[in-house]
Amino acid sequence: MSVRRVAHIAGVYEHPLREIPDKTVAQIHAQVAVGALADAGLTIADVDAYYSAGDAPGFGALSMADYLGLDCHHLNDTETGGSSYLLHVQQAAQAIAAGHIDVALITLAGKPRTGGAGPGGSARFGSAPEAGFENQFGMGVISGYAMAATRHMYEYGTTSAQLAEIKVAASTHAQHNPNAFLKDVVTVDQVLESRMISDPLHLLDACVVTDGGGALVVVSDAVAKRLDRHTIPVLGTGFGFKGMNSGRVDLTHTGARISGPAAFEEAGVTPSDIDYASIYDSFTITVLVTLEDLGFCEKGKGGEFVLDGALQAPYGRLPFNTDGGGLCNNHPANRGGMTKVIEAVRQLRGEAHAEVQVPDCEIALAHGTGGSMATRMGSATLILGRD
Amino acid sequence: MSDSYTSYLPAKAPEPNVETQPFWDATAQGRIDLAVCDDCGFIPWYPRLMCPDCQSTSMTWTTMAGTGTVYSYSVTRAGVGRAWKEHLPFVLAYVQLDEGPIMMTNVVACDPDEVEVGMAVTAVFDDTGEGTAIIRFTPTQRDSNE
Ligand SMILES: [Zn+2]
Repeated sequence: MSVRRVAHIAGVYEHPLREIPDKTVAQIHAQVAVGALADAGLTIADVDAYYSAGDAPGFGALSMADYLGLDCHHLNDTETGGSSYLLHVQQAAQAIAAGHIDVALITLAGKPRTGGAGPGGSARFGSAPEAGFENQFGMGVISGYAMAATRHMYEYGTTSAQLAEIKVAASTHAQHNPNAFLKDVVTVDQVLESRMISDPLHLLDACVVTDGGGALVVVSDAVAKRLDRHTIPVLGTGFGFKGMNSGRVDLTHTGARISGPAAFEEAGVTPSDIDYASIYDSFTITVLVTLEDLGFCEKGKGGEFVLDGALQAPYGRLPFNTDGGGLCNNHPANRGGMTKVIEAVRQLRGEAHAEVQVPDCEIALAHGTGGSMATRMGSATLILGRD
Repeated sequence: MSDSYTSYLPAKAPEPNVETQPFWDATAQGRIDLAVCDDCGFIPWYPRLMCPDCQSTSMTWTTMAGTGTVYSYSVTRAGVGRAWKEHLPFVLAYVQLDEGPIMMTNVVACDPDEVEVGMAVTAVFDDTGEGTAIIRFTPTQRDSNE
């Protein structure tokens, strides 16, 4: 069953701060929840479904629903890392289509910058069946993605300068975002001259580490119709899992190869119809490979695709991450999926910063990646429209 | 097979379990033993006792040659915890064994800048001191006991 136009994003909220030393993770969840509900013109009392992921403290959705004082009959704690919140939108749309719920609240919060919290999900890693085979080699998040970059360069001739173009575009957008963690525009040379962390990825190939959070409110058609707010119809949804394939490792593809076509088919559109794209940007290489897998260009041509300001708003071929993305603006809780949806909604409402607002933005894509491109990942794609 | 070897990289002892004990026992003797599916011949990495391709639970521990090629790698130069800091720069890699499986590892005992995709490598066994060893690789043209 298709969920096309069954669900609508009625409220979004991004925490304005990037360092939040004086609040708990639960407090930040609550703050963004109230913010998104207020944006929609709803209250906690209207929520009948709550979604959280691995960043939610304690017992996850159970703990947080209790803390928030929710009276809901639908909880979901699906954890796929940074892509969780896009998957939650799909799952909320499915539950709305089934007639189970009308108002879904999705929250994210974390404090990796001032709270010392590790990436979500890591608490369970020690018991993973793969743990003893992957935790002996000094792999960090960036060195894993760096292996993906090395292989892409080997197979397709992709260059560090091409990857740097992605950071340049993000920084060009971030200068207009007063809340962005990094607001300075950078050049390709500055990226290439920044400190090498893990060959071939430099410091400026990596996303920021920020405290923060965000929330979404997804509602049924009936609720959307009685709200004053500009609600955003969910046109298409897709999810893809990609793992190690039992030792047949392939570092040049992501789960977007599965989630993208599914979302496009459900929405009834093609990549050329997309006016704006929020692309998960844990690292520059994440963006480049995802663009290929979503079908914006051929496999292996991502390096050429991002040249000539292609990703720069408002007039590039595919304006992306106009808030500055995870590379410059915000990567709250080390999970960038939530903010990807929020900026896509801003674009479709015409509420992005005037300097980066895409004219006549009618169809937007948001894509999240969770886990690691180097090992196992969950990829989620949403295609959003405008009523 | 290789003799006992020390790369000086951290070699934290793994926690073998009922499924992986034979694999770890073999590492202590300088062997890569993997579970090979008796029904379809597939060799999963990491080792497990139900074949992910055909769901057979008839798997036989079999010794690999211990040679392979670099599928991909990265050279970490910064941004690691205390245990690894003194070993910078170091090479994280995926190595494809000649028998097929691609495994995560380090390439050691060579200049990190000399590592390339496709480079031939040979396994070495870093003793953890607790009856197991961590499998790493060195370039094949070199003496793996240097
Ligand atoms: Zn089999």
